[in-house]
Amino acid sequence: MPEVASQRRPAPSNIQLPELTIRARHGWAALRLGELWQYRELLAFLAWRDIKVRYKQTVMGASWAIIQPFFTMVVFSLFFGRLGKIPSDGIPYPIFAYAALVPWQFFSTGLNQAATCLVTDARLITKIYFPRMIVPLSTVLSGLVDFVLAFSVLLGMMFYFGLAPTVQVLWLPVFVLLTVTTALGAGLWLAALNVQFRDVRYTLPFLTQVWLFATPIAYPSSLLSEPWRTVYGINPMVGVVEGFRWALLGAETEPGGMFLVSCLASLLLLVSGAFYFRRMESTFADIV
Amino acid sequence: MDNVYVQVEGLGKRYRIGAKRQRYRTIRETARDMALAPLRRAGRLLAGQAQGAADLTDTMWAIKDINFSIGQGDVVGIIGRNGAGKSTLLKVLSRITEPTEGEARIRGRVGSLLEVGTGFHPELTGRENVYLSGAVLGMRRFEIHRKFDEIIDFAGVEKFIETPLKHYSSGMYLRLAFAVAAHLEPEILLVDEVLAVGDAEFQRKCLNKMESVGGQGRTVFYVSHNMPTVARLCQRTIMLHQGQVAMDGPTREVVSAYLTSELGTRAMRAWDDPRTAPGNEIVRLRAMRVRDVHGEVSDAIDVRQPVGIEFEYDVLKGGQPLVPWFTLTNEEGVDVFSALNHAPAVDAQPCSPGRHRSTAWIPANLLTEGTMVISPAILTNHPRHVHFYERDAVAFQVIDPLAGDSARGQWTGQMAGVVRPVLNWETEHLTSGPAQVGTPALEEPTVTGSNR
Repeated sequence: MPEVASQRRPAPSNIQLPELTIRARHGWAALRLGELWQYRELLAFLAWRDIKVRYKQTVMGASWAIIQPFFTMVVFSLFFGRLGKIPSDGIPYPIFAYAALVPWQFFSTGLNQAATCLVTDARLITKIYFPRMIVPLSTVLSGLVDFVLAFSVLLGMMFYFGLAPTVQVLWLPVFVLLTVTTALGAGLWLAALNVQFRDVRYTLPFLTQVWLFATPIAYPSSLLSEPWRTVYGINPMVGVVEGFRWALLGAETEPGGMFLVSCLASLLLLVSGAFYFRRMESTFADIV
Repeated sequence: MDNVYVQVEGLGKRYRIGAKRQRYRTIRETARDMALAPLRRAGRLLAGQAQGAADLTDTMWAIKDINFSIGQGDVVGIIGRNGAGKSTLLKVLSRITEPTEGEARIRGRVGSLLEVGTGFHPELTGRENVYLSGAVLGMRRFEIHRKFDEIIDFAGVEKFIETPLKHYSSGMYLRLAFAVAAHLEPEILLVDEVLAVGDAEFQRKCLNKMESVGGQGRTVFYVSHNMPTVARLCQRTIMLHQGQVAMDGPTREVVSAYLTSELGTRAMRAWDDPRTAPGNEIVRLRAMRVRDVHGEVSDAIDVRQPVGIEFEYDVLKGGQPLVPWFTLTNEEGVDVFSALNHAPAVDAQPCSPGRHRSTAWIPANLLTEGTMVISPAILTNHPRHVHFYERDAVAFQVIDPLAGDSARGQWTGQMAGVVRPVLNWETEHLTSGPAQVGTPALEEPTVTGSNR
């Protein structure tokens, strides 16, 4: 053993150093979630970076996190609630829409940023190794800060409309988690595709818009009758939005068949997305 | 048995390249390409794009059949021309990209520095970037925290740690970036040409830091075009040529070989096709030769003899004065000197068309031993125009036969320096016996060396 300087952690022969074999990989690969855990500090740092940078050099700063869903709510209330006379399950329309827009905003921002994150961070990907899944994961998680800000306004509105939360609010974390898995699942698919086909970037606004109207945000899912309402749960955001309304506003959409379908759909999206991402991962640095 | 090692066996990496270029690569080879399968599958996903993906039918091996093994504490240089596969090799070893075939077994944590400022974000402050970049490069939070002051101190940007990075000067940016990188402590460090930037003083600081890194028993791979740096840092060097290991051995030998044989240079070089010879419509270089004192073309020159550098060129269009020039570079990549025909007549007299020959004689006892590379040029001073500058055209070895009458005298050990002139020495006898304590020193230095 050569002499090791004292300020450096010595690596004597009895310390177990990591061993690694680099070779070509073919076909589907294991997810290696353990490695993801090893890199958790990097995950935290990248999420922290996204949060710090997001509203840099904007006049409004982080209030954008509130302005966006709030003004969408105003527009929806005006056109769908007031003019369109769309029913809202007996809940005042503004809070009916806003309670759905808060998780929706979290989802759509997460999805959009996750889809483009690999290209945005191309320099990082071509210059250093880390499990690539860290990048979309951190972008989705960084949206939690915006979510909390928008959510606080929701609490204010509940107070204004005199809606007290019940014990059902304890379910809320489940719906938030469902939002994360859905955004991440779709984000992983699109991120991996976007590396190769930049068409994804141009499809995104359209996809987001279609998804917005395919989710009961401006209208209640009660417009559908069973069993179609349960089938409707295939869009995981249906479960999220109706779950939020149930947990916070006491809407009559308690978790049932529809919610279960949403959970399964979201899980399927996440698992398939993760495997597809891992499969394409080895080509990212070469073609991004 | 070493604790830390890197063992590479049959490593190869194939890239798909655009179909327009490199037609001669077989398409059959590509059809068998397993790596293309996911691409095709993804192509079918988006039917509109399938054609685009199928168009990528040609491939090239960036590296192929690379074998070597490295033990703990080795500092290994990797040299080669642009496109020789140096960076690809580092990218495969640092796991940024996957090999197509073969494998590399690595024991020990790997840190890679493929660019300066990996992970830096312009909107964040210096402090925030140290943490971010440190984390990206593989440091733990507590590690960065512990070394933070040292890093800032090394970079010399104390006053600006709360300033966003976008307001940094490029020099400050580089210093901060390298400071973070220099404090990485993996067992194996992969470095790609990062020292090619920054001001001279900071480069020296980085070199010292790198040298101490090597001294700590760390294994370092260092890719560079800068031969003096490679020679200074690395004991062993691997030369890549067209993706394969062309030579692997002690740095001095490999660098010397790189500067001569690998470049296809030797004591004589002729350009048979006047259309591709260095030059333009006014003048074309046809041959370069290195001649010894007897007029023979020779690639081994006695250090005690003059050496002639001969240009043969065709003047295609007369009417301009043409001045031959060359730069002599040693095996470490140091330009020893440049010379041009400075005679006033050369600038005054326009060249007439036809074949010309010019020879410059380098005096005896000027150069040191080693490989010397000649890069010739022909230029015109008024108006200033360089007709061609051909890098590394010819080369020769300077040899000292150790006969005792060179600048070496009887000394056979190392002699530092890029030139080795023979000087006149004068020694005077001043006093008898050893100097007494308290004897005042002589006021004037009386020992001088001069031949002027």
